[in-house]
Amino acid sequence: MSFQDIIFYLFSAILIASALGVITFRNPVYSALLLVLSFITCAGLWLLLEAEFLAITLVLVYVGAVMVLFLFVVMMLDINLVKLREGFWKWFPFGGLIALVMVIEISMVLMGKYFGLDEMPNPQPHAADYSNTKELGRLIYTEYVYAFELAAVLLLIAMVSAIALTLRHREDKKVLDPGKQISVQKKDRLRIVSMPAEKKNQ
Amino acid sequence: METIQQYFIQFFGSQWGNMLFLLTTNLVFIFAIAIPLLLGVAYLTFAERKIIAYMQIRVGPNRVTFFGIPWLRGWGQPIADAVKAIMKEIIIPTGANKFLFVLAPVLTIMPALAAWAVIPFSPELVLADINAGLLYILAMTSMGIYGIIIAGWASNSKYAFLGAMRSAAQVVSYELAMGFALVCVLMMSQSLNIGDIVSGQQGDSLLNWYLIPLFPMFLVYLISGVAETNRAPFDVAEGESEIVAGFHVDYSGMAFTVFFLAEYANMILVATLTSIMFLGGWLPPVDIAPFTWIPGFVWLLLKIAFILFFFLWFRATFPRYRYDQIMRLGWKIFIPITLIWIVVLGLIMQLPESIRDVFPLNLWF
Repeated sequence: MSFQDIIFYLFSAILIASALGVITFRNPVYSALLLVLSFITCAGLWLLLEAEFLAITLVLVYVGAVMVLFLFVVMMLDINLVKLREGFWKWFPFGGLIALVMVIEISMVLMGKYFGLDEMPNPQPHAADYSNTKELGRLIYTEYVYAFELAAVLLLIAMVSAIALTLRHREDKKVLDPGKQISVQKKDRLRIVSMPAEKKNQ
Repeated sequence: METIQQYFIQFFGSQWGNMLFLLTTNLVFIFAIAIPLLLGVAYLTFAERKIIAYMQIRVGPNRVTFFGIPWLRGWGQPIADAVKAIMKEIIIPTGANKFLFVLAPVLTIMPALAAWAVIPFSPELVLADINAGLLYILAMTSMGIYGIIIAGWASNSKYAFLGAMRSAAQVVSYELAMGFALVCVLMMSQSLNIGDIVSGQQGDSLLNWYLIPLFPMFLVYLISGVAETNRAPFDVAEGESEIVAGFHVDYSGMAFTVFFLAEYANMILVATLTSIMFLGGWLPPVDIAPFTWIPGFVWLLLKIAFILFFFLWFRATFPRYRYDQIMRLGWKIFIPITLIWIVVLGLIMQLPESIRDVFPLNLWF
């Protein structure tokens, strides 16, 4: 067993354990943090597969931004676990059915003839000056440019519609206009009154 | 070096020997970076106290000295502070989540130190010369926020929690502007490797540095860097006057000190990145004799110190921002500026070669 194999098995063990923790821990904050751990170990596995750009982007996007907002929300929730587990057995057959469909689908992909170990050997190590990012960029902007642009437009639509759905115009909110604040002159606010000195009444 | 490698191969066999040799040398390099860095952090706190004191016409720390030498008065202060912090008790509040409470300071300092792996100190002196160095740094710095959020939540205190919420919103907002500013650098250098980014600024003088074509990005990056490290005037996460001390209000002793160290380590990191991306890293300001005699490492240190001085200067000068002003600056000013600059830069890069060869443009494009 080589050094890389040991790292692979170590990372896989951590990944599986933390992924199990995500769905078994009762405290949602622990679950969110374990999900972060599983993202990071997954990035480690991708690095072993020579997918450095994807690995670092996984950490950058999911760990650095998405999970921060998740944690942000989860920490503010006051979750009542008893109420949450009430409908567990009622919905269990439905959930189980979905899980079964997912398992079948994934095994159709992974166990078929297209994705077997013979079809997908370990990636060949590249030379030191090979840039994964550059190759990926070249492919995205030449061969897959339409798909890429379509995905970008979809994301933009999703973002705009999310904002549009949650945007509420309130009439009674108090807003400061920084432009007005900066342009305030002395004479707008302050009135200097010249006044003769008054004698104290005897 | 090679003889040591031979010993390793003899002792552990060819396959394991090479791996263990790499592991040992990397560990030695990591210590060679981390220990001076932590010393630098300690003396940065001293420099901050002294510089702000002089700006406010005070003297600052002037008592603790080494072996009673009179002209070193004050220089022992950081060491004395460290000893004091180690001796103090770490109090864990009863309602706190003990595991996460202890984990939070560790999570804060880890990314601040890990990002140093790809920083080049001179053309040869770099721990990990990886192709996606810039992405790695962005990924690492974006992880620093976890320590703060977890600290705020685990303390089980409303002030700590408010500080954590403020900090999370602020860091996420400014990270975007920071990332876009770095996208401009990456467009100029056409490489994600940090060594290549510095050598892209090589030329006759400091006119070739990215500071000049990317000057707005330099300002955006520096100010976002101040906001990312939660330093004054963006220190609403601590906000002594409103929420006591923010996310670390319940921390004491060494646990608090680790947060403190992480803040200063992050400051040094942002200063280093600014000097590498915009101020030419290890390159001398003018490429002629007396300047080129000084090693590149020293130039980098001088540039870092220059940027760090700005951090201290800001703290001594500006009043704290109001929270809505912080958000407005990040989202409504910085992000549009960076987006426009990316488009402008792209247009300039697409100009025909004959126009790009005219004087000021030929320095950078």
